[in-house]
Amino acid sequence: MNDQQLLRYSRHILLDPIGIEGQDRLLGSRALIVGAGGLGCPSALYLAAAGVGTLVIVDDDEVDMTNLQRQILHREQSVGRAKVDSARDALHDINPGTEVIALKQRLAGDALLEQVAAADVVLDCSDNFATRHAINRACVATRTPLVSGAAIRFDGQVAVFDSREPNAPCYHCLFPEGGESEEVRCAVMGVFAPLTGIIGTVQAAEALKILAQTGRTLAGRLLLLDALGMEWRSIALPRDPGCAVCGEGA
Amino acid sequence: MTPPNASITVTVNGEPRALDAGITVGALLQSLDLAGKRLAVERNGEIVPRATHPHAVLVEGDRIEIVVAVGGG
Repeated sequence: MNDQQLLRYSRHILLDPIGIEGQDRLLGSRALIVGAGGLGCPSALYLAAAGVGTLVIVDDDEVDMTNLQRQILHREQSVGRAKVDSARDALHDINPGTEVIALKQRLAGDALLEQVAAADVVLDCSDNFATRHAINRACVATRTPLVSGAAIRFDGQVAVFDSREPNAPCYHCLFPEGGESEEVRCAVMGVFAPLTGIIGTVQAAEALKILAQTGRTLAGRLLLLDALGMEWRSIALPRDPGCAVCGEGA
Repeated sequence: MTPPNASITVTVNGEPRALDAGITVGALLQSLDLAGKRLAVERNGEIVPRATHPHAVLVEGDRIEIVVAVGGG
């Protein structure tokens, strides 16, 4: 670290569980953020501000006026621009030391596997179950830690699936694929603006701890938030021995 | 021995319910018309792994919460 970096990250370096060693790890690490919306914006803001070396941000969408209520990287003049371009510019203004790789696409197949394999941590900030399961499969296959967040209306869910650990559960252990329930999109259901900030910043905190190799993550737990009553619950989440993705039969 | 027609009281999503003794998590989901849906079952603070639903027998006083998957982002 040079003098500028020592100054910039001094409040992290002061923390014993992070210190110079942990901050060095952040500077040398690469995070993949899938989705530059309600969850991806706050996650990316904190990862960039905290000095994560490389952020890969993936989203195939453009900024819409209805996004501005909660997607805090995007500005009114960005309406119509690619979300990943708007995000990259905003993050560069905050910390030019973080390299932001903006991918305007819906990552799938080998391209998804390649990006997940290259990442030290993956943040699932996506808005649909098909993507969530595809990201999970790629993370299990490459043993890449996954920080999964979700938010709709006043309800939030966040968990860490760390397939580097023996007997770790995966997203598929928690929720089955192709279940009957319909997609619940913000466009029809509504979403409380700061809910996405709360869940997204929890995701950022978990990702930073994984990258700095410090603390105890949410691995093996599911955190539920009811923002209307402002109640948090933590539930133990064991592996499903019959899981088709990570279980004994997989 | 519990007689076959005995009932137990289990809390489901905060509401007490009388259920047949010996009912499994899987049978409870079927009776609620929730089998195959995108959800998880929490019993007493722990997710019940899906593979064990058919033989996870509920007991008196169990607290069950149905956790519906949130997908938005």
